[in-house]
Amino acid sequence: MSSVAQKRGFGAALWDWMTTVDHKKIGILYLIGGGFFFVVGGIEAMIIRLQLLKPNNDLVSAGLFNDLITMHGTTMIFLAAMPILFGFMNYIMPLQIGARDVAFPFINSLGFWMFFLGGVFLNVSWFFGQVPDAGWTSYASLSLASPGHGIDFYAIGLQIAGGGTLMGGINFLVTIINMRAPGMTYMRMPLFTWTTFVASAMILFAFPPLTVGLFFLTFDRMFDANFFDHQMGGNTIIWEHIFWIFGHPEVYILILPAFGIFSEIFSIFSRKRLFGYPAMVFATVLIGFLGFMVWAHHMFTVGLGPTANAIFAVATMAIAVPTGVKIFNWLLTIWGGSISVTTPMLYALGFIPSFVMGGVTGVMQGAAPLDYQLHDSYFIVAHFHYVIVGGVVLAILAGVHLYWPKMFGTMLSETLGKITFVFFFVGFHCTFLIQHWLGFWGMPRRVWTYMDGQGWNTANMISSFGALLMAIGVIVLVINIIMTTVKNVRVGNDPWGDGRTLEWAIPSPPPFYNFTQTPLVRGLDTVWIEKQEGNATGLTFAEPVTDIHMPHGSIIPFFMSVGLFIAGFGAMFHQETSWGLPLLIFGLAWTFVAMAMRSLKDDLGYHVTKEEIQRDVNNASKGGQN
Amino acid sequence: MMKGLKKWRLFSLLAVLTVFLAGCGQEELSTLLPAGQVGKDQFKLLMLASGIMLFVILVVVAIYVVALIRFRRSKLGEDFIPEQVEGSHKLELVWTIIPIILIIILAVPTVYYTYKLGDVKAMEEVTDDGKAKHLVVDVTAKLYWWEFEYPELGIVTAQELVVPTKEKIYFNLKAADVKHSFWIPAIGGKMDTNVENLNKFYLTFDKESEGLKDGVFYGKCAELCGPSHSLMDFKVKTLPRDEFNAWAKNMKATEDGNNVANAAGEEVFKQSCIGCHATSGAGEGGTQGPNLASFGDRNRVAGFLKHNEEDLKEWIKNPQKVKPGNTMPSFENQLSEQELDDLAEYLLGLSVEQ
Repeated sequence: MSSVAQKRGFGAALWDWMTTVDHKKIGILYLIGGGFFFVVGGIEAMIIRLQLLKPNNDLVSAGLFNDLITMHGTTMIFLAAMPILFGFMNYIMPLQIGARDVAFPFINSLGFWMFFLGGVFLNVSWFFGQVPDAGWTSYASLSLASPGHGIDFYAIGLQIAGGGTLMGGINFLVTIINMRAPGMTYMRMPLFTWTTFVASAMILFAFPPLTVGLFFLTFDRMFDANFFDHQMGGNTIIWEHIFWIFGHPEVYILILPAFGIFSEIFSIFSRKRLFGYPAMVFATVLIGFLGFMVWAHHMFTVGLGPTANAIFAVATMAIAVPTGVKIFNWLLTIWGGSISVTTPMLYALGFIPSFVMGGVTGVMQGAAPLDYQLHDSYFIVAHFHYVIVGGVVLAILAGVHLYWPKMFGTMLSETLGKITFVFFFVGFHCTFLIQHWLGFWGMPRRVWTYMDGQGWNTANMISSFGALLMAIGVIVLVINIIMTTVKNVRVGNDPWGDGRTLEWAIPSPPPFYNFTQTPLVRGLDTVWIEKQEGNATGLTFAEPVTDIHMPHGSIIPFFMSVGLFIAGFGAMFHQETSWGLPLLIFGLAWTFVAMAMRSLKDDLGYHVTKEEIQRDVNNASKGGQN
Repeated sequence: MMKGLKKWRLFSLLAVLTVFLAGCGQEELSTLLPAGQVGKDQFKLLMLASGIMLFVILVVVAIYVVALIRFRRSKLGEDFIPEQVEGSHKLELVWTIIPIILIIILAVPTVYYTYKLGDVKAMEEVTDDGKAKHLVVDVTAKLYWWEFEYPELGIVTAQELVVPTKEKIYFNLKAADVKHSFWIPAIGGKMDTNVENLNKFYLTFDKESEGLKDGVFYGKCAELCGPSHSLMDFKVKTLPRDEFNAWAKNMKATEDGNNVANAAGEEVFKQSCIGCHATSGAGEGGTQGPNLASFGDRNRVAGFLKHNEEDLKEWIKNPQKVKPGNTMPSFENQLSEQELDDLAEYLLGLSVEQ
């Protein structure tokens, strides 16, 4: 089997992407899928802000507004932020630890297709005109009462997508534990790898509760169970607990990789080792641990009683300590460094004040009695957008600019990058800062419209205007991507000039087997160490050039996911149609047959020979001249 | 000269005050202008938390700005390689211990107020003759309206909560259909109305609502409950104790008939509305529709529309258009224009305050 990529037709290229098990291609697929849903969620956000532009507006109906807020939240969390971060984890993490791929390439592909088809399933609801409308939290009394199939799309779509995420998380864990290059001890792992590790461990423990909760919801709605129906002995508060036992760790699953990306950026663009690396690692692990201890702070007003509220309040405040440690270590990383304000660094510098503001309002809401006022008001909307947009989305945009040359071998325009930043950053603060006050002034969240004469008009107008600026920023980014791709100016291994970790010592984009020889890691920031010692390549190898064992591509993951996609429709329609149940059985059978094929067919992979590797290396050194 | 200066001072003071007050929102629904002890306690906590947090932000921003000014590559030169500092145990300790101290400063009052605001033991207290010591209101949230029952007084009302000032009022909260949340921003924090259990809390109303813009405090539903979640407003009228007693007595008296402003309208009501709505404020809650005994005294129709004949008729004709998803049927084709006029006049005449 020849592994050399050849120019082929569109069909062959499509087949190549659908069957790929290469972590880099899957990473790019995650970025494309996540990017698509990010735009969808962004359009939903724009319509929301347009509806709230002025009082008594009726641009969209009350029902449609609830559809929009639900889909905006669900899409942004599950289908945009997390997959895009998964894209970076997939692409960068194996390179950072000197691995040739993730531990389970087949499962990696399966994880992607389950996420993507789950996301498509959720969004198909728009075409049915029956859209989830109980908020992204889908609290049980409302989600059980919701007519139509909207919530069914939510339950089944997230079930499929969530399964993919769980697989991805396990895969990253196994990869980091087993596949680090020689010399890459845990305490030499780059911080992005560390945060991927901790976030993956959190996925392992946080997603099963979601799976269980969604199954309960599915059974309640489609198979006459009564887990949450209080008239039949069920309990809706249990859904809230289950959801937040998943949901709170989820926000840390999002923010930790973001912290990782920023840690890399501060270090690279200050030309300085990350300050207090062990403290950073410890803080990351501690945040991951505490993240599971605080879920009930989302439920202070549910009536859990003062003792539970007091315990969860104090536990919540405690998280501020490791987070503060991180902030100060970043500050001390740039302190005494040589700060170069590139586009990624600009995002990182914008992140610090934005995230600190989001963090402190989080502590304020951790004070339970104060939260009685702030909960479910616009204050909370401001807070979580400050941490998720000011933290996660800024990290995603920073990561796109930082890793674009590594992934595609071309450099995004710095000028356009900075224009994107200015629009997005100014728009972001314009949109959300004023919302803290809307909350103070008594505006509840998730309101379709508001009456005139409550003093909210100007603030809402400012907020909507800010959203427009953010949209302009994203459009500039898209233009930047298109222009850069068309111009196609190739860059070398380390386009930023100060790369410190292994990914910056191999070609951009890397060959499909990543490293010609497995590198030897001699310390934290190994490439930086090598370069300081005069080794211009930045790499010392741990082995001679040998044949490389690689896995074959496979279409089976796609088929397995399609089976679940079909089965979802069967489950949804089985009560009202005669074809629902057969379709459910057919879809599941399809998946099981695909799984059996995978199990029964021996696929031992193939070897890339020494000669092929040598040829690639020679070509690269020739090509490196221009 | 001195006089001019003083005037100028006064003017600037007023200007600052105006800006400050504009930042505080409107008296009838802002958490920043609390009109009850619970809201004041929460406001104190807000000020303390904001103070600590502003301090944190200032420290971070100060280090950040200085670092950005001092350590730019454009200043240090392209080839400058900074010292690769590993870290500092001393600094790590400093920025671990100081935040812990700050958090303890915030945590102590937090725990104190959590227990203080969660204390509803007094609900059970009775006087010597077996009557409840404190006023207890049973709040039931329904798609998309609020029922307020006063079990000790034997009266029930809807959409407009009437309470005496300057005493603790205890609330039993529950939802009849899906989960809602009971929130009077200017008085104090919210509490959810769950479907399966009774939640209890208390509020105090320190200020009479009469002087406010609409003569009422604003109440909100804070939990997404369906299409008309945003329209599920209620109002709160706070009265001195003696006026409240008079109001309660009048409500009780509607048992023996209410004002009839239009007899034909009353007939229409008996034929079309009485299945769901009561016009007697005496008795218990649990009806299909809001109790209308004091409808004429209210501030809004359906919780948010203007309180006039035109909006009332619009509401009766097509409730689904006005408040989608509520449980009231449309009367557009069932009542003639004349009947609607009569009905509206009758309803607006239902009053216990005159």
